[in-house]
Amino acid sequence: MIILSYDGSFEGLLTAFFEVFEYRFQDFEIVNKANYHQENMFSEIHEVITQSEKSERILKKLEKNIGKSGILYLLKVFFSENQNLERLIFSAIKQSVENPHQNILQNYADNDILEIAKIVKSVNRERHRMTAFVRFEKMKDGIYFAKIAPDFNVLPLIRKHFEDRYQDQKWMIFDLKRNYGIFYDLETCDFFYPNENFNFKDIEDSYHEEEDFYQTLWQRYFKKTNITERKNIKLHLQHVPKRYWKYLTEKN
Amino acid sequence: MNFDRIKEKLEILADAAKYDVSCSSSGGKRKNTGGLGNSSASGICHTYTEDGRCVSLLKILLTNYCIYDCAYCVSRSSNDIKRAGFTVQEVVDLTINFYRRNYIEGLFLSSGIFKNADFTMERLVRVAKKLRLEENFNGYIHLKSIPGASDELMQEAARYADRLSINLEVPTESGLRLLAPEKNRQDMLNPMKFIQNGIQQYKDEKKILKKVPKFAPAGQSTQMIVGATNENDLQIIKVADYFYKNYDLKRVYYSGYVPVLEDKRLPSLTTEVPMLRENRLYQSDWLMRFYGFKANEIVNENHPFLDLEIDPKLSWALRNLDQFPVNLQTADYQMILRIPGIGVKTAKKIVSSRRFQILNIDHVKKMGAAVNRAKYFIDFKAGNDFLKYLTNQKLRNLLIGGSSSKFHHPFSKQLNLF
Repeated sequence: MIILSYDGSFEGLLTAFFEVFEYRFQDFEIVNKANYHQENMFSEIHEVITQSEKSERILKKLEKNIGKSGILYLLKVFFSENQNLERLIFSAIKQSVENPHQNILQNYADNDILEIAKIVKSVNRERHRMTAFVRFEKMKDGIYFAKIAPDFNVLPLIRKHFEDRYQDQKWMIFDLKRNYGIFYDLETCDFFYPNENFNFKDIEDSYHEEEDFYQTLWQRYFKKTNITERKNIKLHLQHVPKRYWKYLTEKN
Repeated sequence: MNFDRIKEKLEILADAAKYDVSCSSSGGKRKNTGGLGNSSASGICHTYTEDGRCVSLLKILLTNYCIYDCAYCVSRSSNDIKRAGFTVQEVVDLTINFYRRNYIEGLFLSSGIFKNADFTMERLVRVAKKLRLEENFNGYIHLKSIPGASDELMQEAARYADRLSINLEVPTESGLRLLAPEKNRQDMLNPMKFIQNGIQQYKDEKKILKKVPKFAPAGQSTQMIVGATNENDLQIIKVADYFYKNYDLKRVYYSGYVPVLEDKRLPSLTTEVPMLRENRLYQSDWLMRFYGFKANEIVNENHPFLDLEIDPKLSWALRNLDQFPVNLQTADYQMILRIPGIGVKTAKKIVSSRRFQILNIDHVKKMGAAVNRAKYFIDFKAGNDFLKYLTNQKLRNLLIGGSSSKFHHPFSKQLNLF
């Protein structure tokens, strides 16, 4: 068996797919270099060097067959960090190459396509939750700062939403699990990768003087807008699962 | 700014506003060009209270002082409660600061009626105007239309708000006369008609002119209290259907009466909130809006009440067994939508995947259908063993036994209420 190891990027993954077709590999597995621990001594390692010419060709083909929205759909599987993502995306691409005139992503009777649909649904749900559950806290320097720890890597999927919405305030959303963020400085909105000097303690010590006031008001509002006669904790938990509470001002 | 006073006012005025069910923030299409906020077409629920309801907007009253004495309302003038009122600037500051922290999608502002209709409406409009023009705020604004407000004020309200609503509160006119003798239906209908015409005019002008000022882009909605008077479901659904058709409403909300006041005209304080009935009404509303059902298919003179044991779609299916079985490989999308246990998403998946292959019950199950209900009503190319029960006398019992209601509660009084 041949193990194709790629650099963990979407481009790298597409390059790997291209090479599967190029070298006509039959018995193979595609693995992210970062997750790969040599277990199978009898397999041969094929190191994939990410090449944009190759990934572009796959993208072009896909765009023709399943459109831009189909590509975004598969990109969401990539952001899911699912342990089978390489196999599933490859399965979809292979089916699409074999049936270029049909949008095979709509064939929910196929097991791989259905699993992809389920993953995309979960990623979309998490993306939507993050547009809802981000809670900005105002800092002394006027920056609105939010910490999140989403189940999937959805920061790239929520960037545009926040960029469109908050144009006249500086803000940052930081993914604690993946250790990177998005920062908007009134001009550009870019990914932010902290260096060793970046310290959360400094941030927490420097809230704006208004911050406590508005947090309290929000907490009181949250309590008062509830109708106790209709209490339904099961439904509450279904909508706001406990793992998100840590970052929700109203639940603290 | 006096922190404690603002906090107290917020507590009083949020508490008084919470019985308004609507929290929708959808349908707005405002874009942001350098300012604060936008409204996304699908709306966002930022959190959920412990009663499981969505919190999307800062929902408050401008004031809970009110000249009216409507029996069903906590803010009625004869009720001995703490009263408070916000200034226009205070509401603006709260909205902006909550929005900047991503707590909310916008503002839902209602009010008790002080002095008269126009005086109150003018204040509500002033808040919206200030948010739009001075704060460059493009988030969602839902304003209450005050019954009896003048056309001029409604015109201005529609310009700055995304949605306007006026609550019918009591489904029948006789009920309204009993519980809110100072209010009359016509005062509610006039502003509603004015907004409806304005929206139509906007659409017509939009076809010819490039730039037309916005006019209530997210439309209108209304709310009815359920279970405060002795109306039946047929009456409620007829009213909803009438308003959807004749006033182009975006939504009708149903609010199970929460007994908060002792009054001989109202159910006693120990009455349970009719949550199951409310749920059935929403299911019926969905059937009318998304499933192509007509009001008289759901309830009619022979069946004036919704079945509390089973959902209205299943109830329709059991009354119309001659429409089944439905073959999933060949049936129309519209007919697939009518199968109990199959929702809009599953129906769409069925229609798109049957072009690729012959479907069986496992496929449909994996696509998300509630097969425990659907299996008695569907057919496949290869046949379906469960169809033998379709003509069975005990089908209803089989269906009830095969599903567990989230409302199941052995000592529930709900069934005895009506």
